[in-house]
Amino acid sequence: MEKKIGCYICTGCGLGEALDLKALKAIATKEQKIPVVKDHALLCGAEGVGLIQKDLTDGVVNSVIIAACSHREKSAEFRFDIDLLERVDLRDKCLWLLDVKEGDETAEEDRQMMAEDYLRLGCVKMKKMNVPDPFLHSDGSKDVLVVGGGLAGLTAARDVAKAGYNAVLVEKSALLGGKLNDMLKVTPDNKPPYRDVAENFIGALVSEVEGDNRIKIFKNSVVTKTVGQPGQFDITIKNDTVSKELRVGSIVVTTGFTLYDPTKLPGSLGYGSSPDVVTSAEFERMAKAGQIVRKSDGQPAKRVAFALCAGQRDPAHLDYCSGACCIYSMKQAMYVIDQYGQDASTYLIYQEIRTPGQMEDFYRAAQDKGAVFIKGDVTQVGSNNKGGVAVKVNDHLIRNQETLDVDLLVLATGMISTVDTQDPNVPSPVGSARDELPGSVLNLQYRQGPSLPQLGTSAFPDSHFICFPYETRRTGIYVAGPARRPMGIAATMTDASGAALKAIQAVEAVARGVAVHPRSGDLSFPSYRPEGCTQCKRCTEECPFGAINEDDKGNPLFNPARCRRCSTCMGACPQKIISFANYSVDMISAMLKEVEIPEEDEEKPRILVFACTNDAVPALDMMGRLRSPISPYIRIIPLRCMGSLSLVWIADAMSKGFDGVLLMGCRHGDDYQCHNVRGSALAEIRLSKVSETLQRLKLESNRVKMVEVNIMDADTLPGVISDFVEQIGNLNPNPYKGF
Amino acid sequence: MAYDLTFAKDVYKKSEMGHWIKMCMQCGVCAGSCPLRAHWQHSPRQLFQMVRAGKRDEVLKSSDMWMCTSCYNCIVRCPRNLPITHIIHGLARYAETEKMTDPMQPTRRFAVEVFWKNITATGRVGEAMLTMRLYFQDGIGSGIQKALEMKDSALGMLKTRRLNPIPFRGKIKGYDGFAKMLAKAAELESKLENKE
Repeated sequence: MEKKIGCYICTGCGLGEALDLKALKAIATKEQKIPVVKDHALLCGAEGVGLIQKDLTDGVVNSVIIAACSHREKSAEFRFDIDLLERVDLRDKCLWLLDVKEGDETAEEDRQMMAEDYLRLGCVKMKKMNVPDPFLHSDGSKDVLVVGGGLAGLTAARDVAKAGYNAVLVEKSALLGGKLNDMLKVTPDNKPPYRDVAENFIGALVSEVEGDNRIKIFKNSVVTKTVGQPGQFDITIKNDTVSKELRVGSIVVTTGFTLYDPTKLPGSLGYGSSPDVVTSAEFERMAKAGQIVRKSDGQPAKRVAFALCAGQRDPAHLDYCSGACCIYSMKQAMYVIDQYGQDASTYLIYQEIRTPGQMEDFYRAAQDKGAVFIKGDVTQVGSNNKGGVAVKVNDHLIRNQETLDVDLLVLATGMISTVDTQDPNVPSPVGSARDELPGSVLNLQYRQGPSLPQLGTSAFPDSHFICFPYETRRTGIYVAGPARRPMGIAATMTDASGAALKAIQAVEAVARGVAVHPRSGDLSFPSYRPEGCTQCKRCTEECPFGAINEDDKGNPLFNPARCRRCSTCMGACPQKIISFANYSVDMISAMLKEVEIPEEDEEKPRILVFACTNDAVPALDMMGRLRSPISPYIRIIPLRCMGSLSLVWIADAMSKGFDGVLLMGCRHGDDYQCHNVRGSALAEIRLSKVSETLQRLKLESNRVKMVEVNIMDADTLPGVISDFVEQIGNLNPNPYKGF
Repeated sequence: MAYDLTFAKDVYKKSEMGHWIKMCMQCGVCAGSCPLRAHWQHSPRQLFQMVRAGKRDEVLKSSDMWMCTSCYNCIVRCPRNLPITHIIHGLARYAETEKMTDPMQPTRRFAVEVFWKNITATGRVGEAMLTMRLYFQDGIGSGIQKALEMKDSALGMLKTRRLNPIPFRGKIKGYDGFAKMLAKAAELESKLENKE
């Protein structure tokens, strides 16, 4: 396609009064040689949009530059059926970010220079962009593989089928239903009034799934191999004797949880000291068998204490809350009350009651039924002279040490994900122990290993769980239920439905050759120049999503459907040979070289800001909205992700004459906010080597700085920027100006 | 036995509004809202937990319930909508019927021995006799001393006609009806059992 670029400048929102339109148009036409340049006083109005649409319909233009407000504004108005659209932000990041007093000619001139630079950047970017050629394949599958036949897996498979897609359900054991098979009754599901224990519905769900001809079920089976990419996952399913190969489009992992090993609990909780100290799982089985009795002598257990958070929220054991134990312990207390009526006494010893959402009503119901809640710690467990258990409790509420005599003590132990073990009773290992795993649930044949990466040191997989629940760091593979994070029954069902929908979204997106998320709809994907590759393998190692394998020679082997278009590989490549059709090292270099750098004696420094489009750019937009002024010497270039940062850009900026470079990335570490998990962390690592570049140029190392910016930082960001501007002001001007 | 529920179940049943105690979630907003908290030995929420912990003597002998001034701050703020003021009054009354209260607790003495007798005898409060009885509770000497301490207030009230110096004699109009109402209330109270 031959690009026919049109540039449309808006003069609304005060832009017309503040800026010299004639000069701007001259930049676009004479300097940047854009064939069609027009302006309108209200470009986002029907008439303005019509002006652009007419040129598109007439075929005068097929690629559009809109110089108006931030790309985050008016996106619905400026939606055209074209491949290339670039927004130049003259309003939010220029007009609104500069404090210009009327009649202050210097300030007005600075503002005009900023607007002209931004227009140049947009024009260069448009000229450097190419129309992406989507990755399409004809042999793809839209079936969804569900691994694990418990509540989450059954719900996910059922919802996939309900939506009109085929599901493949693999269950390791001979029986569908998972942990719910052991339960007498269940905590309230997603139906009001959320006050009563509900009948166990797992049998009905199993029959529904087994009777659905869209769901193919493999019992006694495991997945021994997963090859390929979304749309083209080739799965090997094996039972005792036979192996079978299948092609599926996406995967939902619902392997559930196992409980923390009670023998590892602190001795003060008394597990093992008496048969009448049991875990909540053991108690549930006793209740199911109709045996709420002392295990020691078979006497009725009318007085039952529940120790919540047993080994949970405790750094020595599990450092997190399982989010479901308060609720199911209330349910179990209700069992006792329902069985023994007025004779029942139930006590829940808690640290904090956590009953999220509608479960607060269930908490009230438990109180109403007479369960007694004691905030405190179990300090010692012994036996009493009545053949029961003596529980020493430090009651924080009445500030007293008390001894609670009960028939049974039930310990609510925490949940651990089994997302990466073949054995449902073995918790998923964490950290380096995972590398020694003989096999994982999916056995991914990926360059970066067979497992799903975990969040920090926990066993739970994630990929920016705040913005993208169900995601893992392996595209097209979703995790739902307690395998993803600890949760109860109601949450598990919602979770499984969500993951099923994500899995369907993934197969549909892949079939159209677009990214699922975070850059949903992006048609581009990375490609490289093989003759430049030195087989350094940095791209295959740094890809946060394991999208790149290696071929026999050690060259990268891109799996476009696994790619999330974060461009981390592009920034990683020391040879600068990885690029996207619409984003490249060369593009950003060309853009920054287009900024006009004033001569040294003009005393107008130039500071380049690389800002992450996900967090820093919205924060800057918000600053504009708050009219929080910044220095007129700043020039902002948004980056897809800090992970795309190439050190060449720093070198180019310095040799071009920029006095400083400020990088705004997302928070990284265990509580990272990077949409692409590791982008900003990798940028920081790369930046640690920038001093070499600066030394070679004989420049001070504090000319380049990286800061962590959160989307909410509009109030603190002005201070961060002005500090850096001041720091640069204390240095001599960059001597490379004018070369 | 600690945490024996016998006492709690009694309170839930027999103390007016007592059944609400089991719904307390121990957030402590009542304690933070009580203007007289500094003078209570236990805050309302602590008292409720003591009921649930089976601490019968400590609860019923406590002076806490008698410290409530019925300002209703706690009721207004309780996130669980417990009628805390009424629960506290119910506990005070329950302690009295169980003969557990300290007879010398000043509020209890005033309420049970002075105020109740004064109002039920005539059908209305007679300020002069009420004041006299209160001041002279502990004998003539301390009565005169208290009266002298309060004389400026009394003179002020007299001047603004807030205090009638002549004791009210006889009974109010329709006293018989008033007496019937009291009898009916006592009958209802004797049969009181909260619906759980």
